[in-house]
Amino acid sequence: MSAAEEVVAEGHQAVEAVPKRAMTLGTGTSLVVLAALLVVPMFVKNFIIFQMTMLLIYGLAVLALNILTGGSGQFSLGQSAFYAVGAYTSAVLMEHANVNYALTIPISAAICFGFGYLFGKPALRLSGVYLALATFALATAMPQLLKLNFLEHWTGGVQGLVVTKPDAPFGLPMSQDMWLYYFTLAVTIAIYIFSVNLLRSRSGRAFMAIRDNEIAASSMGVNVALYKTLAFGVSAGITGVAGSLGAIAVQFVAPDSYTITLAISLFLGMVVGGVGWLPGSFVGAAFIIFVPNMAESISKGLSGAVFGVLLFLVIYLVPHGARQVAVLGQQLVGKLRKN
Amino acid sequence: MTQAQLARGTSPLLAVRDVSVVFGGIIALNGVSFDMHKGQILGLIGPNGAGKTTLFNCLSRLYQPSSGDILLDGVSILSRPPHRIAEIGIGRTFQNVALFPNLSVMDNVRVGAHSKTSSDIISDSLRLAWVRRSETSVNKKVHEILAYLDLEDVAHTIVSGLPFGTQKRVELARALAADPKILLLDEPAGGLNHEEVYVLGALIRRIRDERHMTVLLVEHHMGLVMSIADHVVALNFGKKLAEGTPAQVQADPDVIKAYLGSKDQ
Repeated sequence: MSAAEEVVAEGHQAVEAVPKRAMTLGTGTSLVVLAALLVVPMFVKNFIIFQMTMLLIYGLAVLALNILTGGSGQFSLGQSAFYAVGAYTSAVLMEHANVNYALTIPISAAICFGFGYLFGKPALRLSGVYLALATFALATAMPQLLKLNFLEHWTGGVQGLVVTKPDAPFGLPMSQDMWLYYFTLAVTIAIYIFSVNLLRSRSGRAFMAIRDNEIAASSMGVNVALYKTLAFGVSAGITGVAGSLGAIAVQFVAPDSYTITLAISLFLGMVVGGVGWLPGSFVGAAFIIFVPNMAESISKGLSGAVFGVLLFLVIYLVPHGARQVAVLGQQLVGKLRKN
Repeated sequence: MTQAQLARGTSPLLAVRDVSVVFGGIIALNGVSFDMHKGQILGLIGPNGAGKTTLFNCLSRLYQPSSGDILLDGVSILSRPPHRIAEIGIGRTFQNVALFPNLSVMDNVRVGAHSKTSSDIISDSLRLAWVRRSETSVNKKVHEILAYLDLEDVAHTIVSGLPFGTQKRVELARALAADPKILLLDEPAGGLNHEEVYVLGALIRRIRDERHMTVLLVEHHMGLVMSIADHVVALNFGKKLAEGTPAQVQADPDVIKAYLGSKDQ
């Protein structure tokens, strides 16, 4: 354990940073994971497929937060607000304007990007815990904004909106759930690849330079204000896509689905997955989806306490989350090969 | 072409004109003026609190002078925000190394080339052909600089784990990546041992000669400044005390007094 801790415990700042090369999985591992994601749904029940879809969706939302926090070093407890805007954009467009579900996704990405970018502007003056508080306020306000009377015609107010689940196109012989799973998987893979590209690019280096040292970044010609707001925009855009997919998968949007609890869950997912480690986003998503259920099966009355204990165990045993487990695994494989 | 002409003519590459900086009630710089000509190594010296770093931060636009002007090739730089200083050819290093600690040496130097390249998040996400071409040329340039500064062995190492002397070289590499006209070095000899200071002096001269740069050197280490500077400006209490060749400044009674104290007092 100590060796793994040495590897991952070098950062002392508020935001744990990951070296860029370590942000992704190796090619071999990626292919195995991809194959599993493609094949498994063919052999499981619809409910499991639905849960896998939700795993990808929450994974995307955690990934978005990871780009913001792990990449540019900015905190957010307001991701539920962006998720809500994405979800409502799709729901309203599909139910009121009869827009095709697939088309609503780029639209909500664009709207949420704009929303995040604009929110990032005033947030520029804040950093660390103050930024976290400002985003917290956004998350708290969002459900109430969605209930506003003059928006009720569009949003359905407290009742929310029911969303029609799409059928598989071209008469493909698969259930709605399975089709939606593969559709979500395609979107997720595309966004994952784009995110990896982005973080490895000139823009990604600018994000990480800002995270590590703003003054030095600025002296190197990095427009700190621009890249900080762009990071907010990108993060919000991806969260919006997750929100859209979530609305379609759950077939329902209502203000109280998008409270601060969701934002905190996503934050938790990021920490459990390992801040700044993109594949960890999906491990973190699995944690926030499945562990509460596990806790409930252990004790119905005390599920919250059980969840707390499980979370505490994770933080105590692997403080750097899934990333630390991956590092340990890698070292173990290396040792076995040597022997 | 015009620059070579300028260098031979009278107009300076960088002109500091009557610059004053006031923080609250404290006058950090009081009407300092001097010129830097192309190809010079200008040493800026002075005791602690003389205003060297303040002037330095005015040049990299971290501070706004209360009055006066700073001209590069005859054009004022004072209306530019800090992040638009690198693109006009002013590069810098920091007094206590300000690298990006969690990035590799290579990535630190790549960030140095930020001002020389352009991209947008959409092209970057899609890795469009022109982005790939630009990255290839950046990488080539970065490798050339790493080889030049003997940093190739640590190219993929995270900088926070490197020895201090190596980190200073990485900072220099990062500044060189933008091909600056003027290189501002803030106490590059700080924390280095005797041997390393000697090597550094030779390196700064080599950079000036081989990469055609003009160097502003802010330094405590008198030996270094006197051995490599062509021109020295001495500051004390925010004012210019003396200016001239190293020998002239060293012999200046005011400078001696500021550094050693006077016999009569």
